[in-house]
Amino acid sequence: MLLEPSDRSPNLPPETADKPLMVWVKGFAQADAGPGDEVTVETMTGRLVTGRLSAVNPGYFHTFGQPIPELVRVGRDLRVRLAEWRARDSAEAGGAR
Amino acid sequence: MSGRFDELMARRGEIMKRALGMDYAAFEQSPIAFDYEGMMTAHGYSLDQIAAIQTKAGVGNTPLLELRNMTDLVRSYSAPGHGARIFVKDEAANMAGSFKDRRASMSIHVAKEKSYAGVVSATSGNYGAAVASQAARYGLNCIIVQETFDSRHVGQPEIIEKSRICEAFGAEVVQLTVGPELFSHMLELLDETGYFAASLYSSFGVSGIETLGAEVAREMTELTGAPPTHCVITHAGGGNTTGTARGLKRAGATETEIVSASVDLSGLHMASDADFNRKSFTTGHTGFGVPFATWPDRADVPRNAARSLRYMDRYLTVTQGEVFYVTEALAKLEGLERGPAGSTAMAAAMSLARDLPSDATVVVQETEYTGAGKHHWAQLNFARENGVEVRAGDPAESVPGEAIVIPERPEQIRAKDFDMGKMRRSYVRNALSHAAEGYVPTGDDIEFLAEDTNSAPAFVEETIAQLRKA
Repeated sequence: MLLEPSDRSPNLPPETADKPLMVWVKGFAQADAGPGDEVTVETMTGRLVTGRLSAVNPGYFHTFGQPIPELVRVGRDLRVRLAEWRARDSAEAGGAR
Repeated sequence: MSGRFDELMARRGEIMKRALGMDYAAFEQSPIAFDYEGMMTAHGYSLDQIAAIQTKAGVGNTPLLELRNMTDLVRSYSAPGHGARIFVKDEAANMAGSFKDRRASMSIHVAKEKSYAGVVSATSGNYGAAVASQAARYGLNCIIVQETFDSRHVGQPEIIEKSRICEAFGAEVVQLTVGPELFSHMLELLDETGYFAASLYSSFGVSGIETLGAEVAREMTELTGAPPTHCVITHAGGGNTTGTARGLKRAGATETEIVSASVDLSGLHMASDADFNRKSFTTGHTGFGVPFATWPDRADVPRNAARSLRYMDRYLTVTQGEVFYVTEALAKLEGLERGPAGSTAMAAAMSLARDLPSDATVVVQETEYTGAGKHHWAQLNFARENGVEVRAGDPAESVPGEAIVIPERPEQIRAKDFDMGKMRRSYVRNALSHAAEGYVPTGDDIEFLAEDTNSAPAFVEETIAQLRKA
């Protein structure tokens, strides 16, 4: 935790002002520690930062997720539209546009 | 705020002066005016030198592509004789995947020249990836400070991806919850490490974007015989508009209309823990675009090099649903799968091109990389999970943070003009309110304000008179 709610910047919206400002950094632990223990880590730039251990070797699990039903037809529909318009346009104007 | 941060903020000027290696006081002329061009050129690099530095850094000279299918799609519903040709500068081809590499390459070059051991930057966007990538190439340490999570420790997939890519380039990523104190913490890190402040808003960074405008002018002239009639630029903090427009002008494209474009996020509070994950765009939106245009010096440098009102001829807003639709269309019709934030200007360009004659040329001057998390599907799935309604329909019915409405047909894409006069008046009001109380602007101040808002001294005087009456 970086700031208690009482220490936060003035003029914050209430839903932010009543929360602490939290910070997470990753680094190499300087001693054995378990979840929730105080631990000092050495970061990638060599800083020593002390805090509570929240995760060991946290990963990234963000994805694309499922296709969006409202978007899956966009490609098919637009290609059909484009082909129809081009056929009409060249028939009408001999492609003079 | 706590004593520790009060003490830091009191030393802000001193910390930033050391961290930027530049004394901004040299350019101040009055409580309102400063020497903008003097500040922009003080680094001494010519446009050719910047281009050479960037080429060495693997940045710039991205492909300029004509989008014939998007153009014909727009023509299919334009009035006869209308539907401008649409082009895009594929900035995703830069090393770290966006035009931000141009900014970062200059910042990091300067940091190396001035013998700093590392760099710090506060950014949750593509700029972090760009700084981390360039720092890796130059062998500098790098700390990226991000606003990543809400108080539940939930972050937008796009920002989580940005944490990942910064780490992939060897940066230390400092992740924070929502709040403007991010800036104080950045100062604390600069003070602790003695590193260079790779600010988005320094003259180094913004000068780095000028090559983009110059390339657009040159490549369009090669391709079509003239610079573009219009250049559409996704707008957030103002650097993209400022740098691109300056580059176009320096390359002789003085007639090109500069059209800035943002996603409309009106009604959402940028410092709100509750609104944080109800935004489906983390940049390129009005939540940055309007405040930074109307008061650029809110940035982390004493004077912001990004002064978009100087260059902006029009400011268009589009909805989140329109941008997601266009992002999908770009992939399906042009074989360009790119990130959604970079498609903001593309959505505005489709609307703009529809109303222009068919011999007009519209350049969208950026794309950005895409991938897991940083993708329109990921952002829409996340919006749904966070209680935002996603539906097909008329995008005019969108409500930021409540409902994302994806167009059913391309003719439903209609950008809205933001009132430029209102923004200029708002800028003048902000400039006056930041001078000491009772300060009376001089003739030189009026000239400066007219230049900084791309208006006339008479407009500034009239605005000041109205403010006095109010």
